[in-house]
Amino acid sequence: MTSSAWWASDTFWRKTAIWVTAGSFVILVFLTFDSMSQISGGTKRVPAYSVINNRVEYKYDEARHALIPVIGKEEPLFGKKLTEAEAEAMVSHGKLTVQAKNCMSCHTLLGNGAYYAPDLTKSWLDMSWGSRGVREELMVAFIKDPSDKLHNSLGRRMPKLDVTDDEAHAIVAFLKWMSTIDTNGFPANFKPIDQEN
Amino acid sequence: MTTLGTLDNANLNGGQKLAVKYFAVALVLFGAQILFGLLSGLQYLIPDLLYGVLDFSVNRMVHVNAMVVWMLFGFIGSVYWLLEEESGIPIVGLKLGNIIFWIFTLAVVVVVAVFLLVQIGPGEQSSIWLINEGREYIEAPRWADIGIVVCVLSVFFNVAATFAKGKWTGIGGVLTFDMIALFGIYMAGMFYTANISVDQYWWWWVIHLWVEATWEVMVGCIMAYGLMIVLGTPRKIVETWLYIEVAMMFGSGILGIGHHYFWIGTPEYWLSIGGFFSALEPVPLVAMVVHAVFDSGVNKMRNTNHPAMGWLIAQAFGNFFGAGVWGFMHTLPQINLYTHGTQWSASHGHLAFFGAYATINIAFFYIVAQKWRGNVWMSGETVGDWKWKWALGLLNLGMLGMTMGMLVSGYEQSQIERAIEGSSWAGYFAAQAHPWFVQGMVWREAFGVMFAAGYGILIWDLLTIGRREVRPAQVLLPH
Repeated sequence: MTSSAWWASDTFWRKTAIWVTAGSFVILVFLTFDSMSQISGGTKRVPAYSVINNRVEYKYDEARHALIPVIGKEEPLFGKKLTEAEAEAMVSHGKLTVQAKNCMSCHTLLGNGAYYAPDLTKSWLDMSWGSRGVREELMVAFIKDPSDKLHNSLGRRMPKLDVTDDEAHAIVAFLKWMSTIDTNGFPANFKPIDQEN
Repeated sequence: MTTLGTLDNANLNGGQKLAVKYFAVALVLFGAQILFGLLSGLQYLIPDLLYGVLDFSVNRMVHVNAMVVWMLFGFIGSVYWLLEEESGIPIVGLKLGNIIFWIFTLAVVVVVAVFLLVQIGPGEQSSIWLINEGREYIEAPRWADIGIVVCVLSVFFNVAATFAKGKWTGIGGVLTFDMIALFGIYMAGMFYTANISVDQYWWWWVIHLWVEATWEVMVGCIMAYGLMIVLGTPRKIVETWLYIEVAMMFGSGILGIGHHYFWIGTPEYWLSIGGFFSALEPVPLVAMVVHAVFDSGVNKMRNTNHPAMGWLIAQAFGNFFGAGVWGFMHTLPQINLYTHGTQWSASHGHLAFFGAYATINIAFFYIVAQKWRGNVWMSGETVGDWKWKWALGLLNLGMLGMTMGMLVSGYEQSQIERAIEGSSWAGYFAAQAHPWFVQGMVWREAFGVMFAAGYGILIWDLLTIGRREVRPAQVLLPH
């Protein structure tokens, strides 16, 4: 191998490195603009926060071969219909509490986080809550003090994290809103709580 | 030069004296990472252990963050180590570098103390500014984020100003460029939004573009320098390889970020883009193996520092298997739909971080030990050389065992929780209770203890290697 061969020269590879890096980054920036336009609140993929005023279901879409959230008739959270601004404030308070309590260090959200406790992406729709009628209040009570509630056969328990009543309600709002995000069929094969049809 | 075999700062240049401080903190944090990893692993087996005192979430957070910071400290130390030799002049602004080291270290101590003692806060902005940001890997509160950016900027100033005043080398150029990306990208994660899709989109800019792009390139620079020192490989060869690696690493890694955008609400085109580019990500890692093995072969394995060489080879293979093979195994969306967020990810994460980053830092620690003792002999038959061999063996076997344990659990979880039970909570717990899952967790813990034993011997060895050695380092014949 001689250094005169173009494919073995450092100048050729230096230029290639610069062009490839710059090119890839430009494409990423372009795709980021497009993605942001599709996931900023109030889009088809990521609905507006006021969606918590409606029923949420998770149904199989024949065309996409994936389960997707379906927004149903009006069914306000805790029986109180909120404006978009009120809903955003509530969901934001819930998200902030989820961060401040470090939920992601045991749970996964959208599949990301730690694996010591179940995924929360579709927790609003999970069958464990029994029925839709009791779900909201069960969730609030559990989040406020899970330490003495029934968990599982493993002995693994969520600790009491000093969540206030307001914070617990806000977390439920955040979880309900998160369940409406179109996650391209993740989690697959999910079996939700009783659906309308 | 002072007496051979004596640990003496007179053997080091200014940057290297600063580097050993970074390395010392890195090694302490490596120990903390292992301790809190063992605790959180044990909580899978004994759930009531430290319940309400040091819950899994706290142990896991310290485990993960200690890792991020010790690797960063190792990289920064390595940069300071090679800076004067590469640029040919004393470091510009070394005093500032020293002050920043102490500030950085103090900040790390405060953050860890708050993690352990305060742990969580109320659902207010003040909590994420002062206690815990609650976002995996970058849990450090916002004040510390700003501090990290300031510290990395200051290191960047040392690097850029020194190369600018001295001479630019290929390694210097890539390193400087990479450091701009390093702190620039970190800032992408420093904001709050209620929208979790937007949040995770930018969070991955930090995590992925750090770990799978800028860190890899940083390691490429450190590896290039290491191969010149340990094997005597000519600069032209390592620098050409470095450019090839940068082209392939950024060419696949930047758009490979798409494999984190499959399921967070982002558009469907990421399934194709992420799948395609992340499938290419192992290519540079194969190239790095070829590079290391080829160079070693050319030298007939003759080298100046056997333990460092052992760890450089471990890096080449560890990076390839951990990041490349283990990553590729579950990177395509068709399989990732079932493995995402299971112990598969943990299995990959452990082998990749260890294989790609812990190994290169450890290799560097041995290069440091050699020079610190007056460039002492560290080739064949060093006094007490059983220690580095046992440390190498126990750490690598321990990590492989942990990885395999988690992989078994991950397979079981993907099948039972995901494919059969459809990811419901009942499915999650059914999978967690299954003997196959539990077995994997038991293995993980047992091999974790083996890993910890390896760490103990490693520390002992780093403090003692070359102590009674009187021969100077082996001189390599020119190529």
